[in-house]
Amino acid sequence: MEIDKLLELVKSYQPEAEIVSGKQFLTVTVDKKNLHQFAKQLKESDETRFDYLFCQSAVDYNDHFVVVCHIDSTKYRHQLVLKTKITDRENPEIDSLCDIWNAAEFHEREIFDLFGIKFTNHPDLRKIFLDNDWVGFPLRKDYVDPVNIVER
Amino acid sequence: MNMEEANIQSLIEEQEFTINMGPQHPSTHGVLRLILKLQGEMVREVKPQLGYIHRGIEKMCEKMTYQQIIHLTDRLDYFSAHILNEAVCLNVERALEIEVPDRVKYVRTILDELNRLASHQLWWCAYGMDLGALTTFFYGLRDREKILDIFEETCGARLLFSFNVPGGLMYDIHPNFQKRIKEFIKYFRKKLPEYDALLTGNPIMQERTIGIGYISKEDAINYGLTGPPGRASGFSCDVRAHQPYSAYPFVKFNEALFTEGDTFHRYKVRIAEMWESMSIIEQLVDNIPEGDYSVKMKPVIKLPEGEYYQRVEAARGEFGVYIVSDGNKTPFRMKFRSPNFCNLAPLHILSIDQKIADLVAISGSLDFVIPDMDR
Repeated sequence: MEIDKLLELVKSYQPEAEIVSGKQFLTVTVDKKNLHQFAKQLKESDETRFDYLFCQSAVDYNDHFVVVCHIDSTKYRHQLVLKTKITDRENPEIDSLCDIWNAAEFHEREIFDLFGIKFTNHPDLRKIFLDNDWVGFPLRKDYVDPVNIVER
Repeated sequence: MNMEEANIQSLIEEQEFTINMGPQHPSTHGVLRLILKLQGEMVREVKPQLGYIHRGIEKMCEKMTYQQIIHLTDRLDYFSAHILNEAVCLNVERALEIEVPDRVKYVRTILDELNRLASHQLWWCAYGMDLGALTTFFYGLRDREKILDIFEETCGARLLFSFNVPGGLMYDIHPNFQKRIKEFIKYFRKKLPEYDALLTGNPIMQERTIGIGYISKEDAINYGLTGPPGRASGFSCDVRAHQPYSAYPFVKFNEALFTEGDTFHRYKVRIAEMWESMSIIEQLVDNIPEGDYSVKMKPVIKLPEGEYYQRVEAARGEFGVYIVSDGNKTPFRMKFRSPNFCNLAPLHILSIDQKIADLVAISGSLDFVIPDMDR
């Protein structure tokens, strides 16, 4: 599907969402409380059919986190980037997308481990790489580790 | 059977017990630990435990320049090192809006396919060994050696190539490059039927793989199972076909697709891909255009502010590089979508209510490389 047509569709689903049409992907930033419902709509609607989550990650922008989902449709072969801002650094929480895309299960465990973002309704939210007694979240920008990270 | 024996028998059948498979288990091909719940010989629960070689590569990338990062991607999936190098280079070139010469595209694609061939050969010989057929190991390594020799002559390395640099290749190809590849293809076209004769038709191999470890197309898509395992279930996920990069738009090839979704067809996809790889190389090797092997680049690469994503098809599935740049010479955030990590997620679907011996066949057919999983 053309990127303009997709833009119109997304606009009709989520009028308040912030939509940026980039060179490569259409980027949609939605509010935290709308995320789950919007993601479900994107997957189940016949016009979009985003059934394949190919990448999920998080970015730490010092004052807030952004959870980024790259999704693809195996029927129409169009892609979309779904973003959500989390402003609470002390106790970041967001809805899990596991029940929509099962692929999110491992990605979310990784984000939980390395960023400390909690996913509500995740079936099995445990640390995936680090030890259970590991202190801190390494991929956060304010993480300090005087032993393993050498400042140059 | 007396009373006591019957009691023991029912105890074995009913009682669930938990065991560790790995981290030092030969069939996991690295340090992967699976926590299994067994009932007799049947697997009732699988929980993978990762992180034994987590090196924090994504964190390390935040302190490194793009030229240095290429050397880190080698250390992810070291059996498709060239393809992963290319992913970073393509992403940097996309960000800087550089169009590389056709010569670079052709050579990159040829080396991609050689790398894929070498990876599938190694998988084939190790998979035979997982199933108890030792001879396959000698056949596979014998042929893989010839590819590694070509790589050694081209870039000096046999496993971790780092031959791609942003803007092109590190140096021009060796004068013997085309001749040796043509010799190899001629040789391997004769040898690949031997693989089929040795293992594919073997009744023991077929008994152990046909109908074992089934996953449906819907589940494969939902779990993001890509690469040969995904295509065995009918999920058309070949990035080379759907979002072609480098010289893939110039060649004709068939995406190997099966719908059966069992272990045997994951095997068949890889054999079919080896034939396709050879045909891709043959289409390109005679037509390498003359020209520069690299674009002149500045010594310090600074990407414009923004986000960039590049997908490539590595030997084990879709590999993605996600760069968030803030305009500095190091990335603000770098994320690698590694195929093995995502292919591990549906392991419980494949292996629950199968025998523990079949779990070895199933995890072998997913072709795990643990450093890629743990990053």
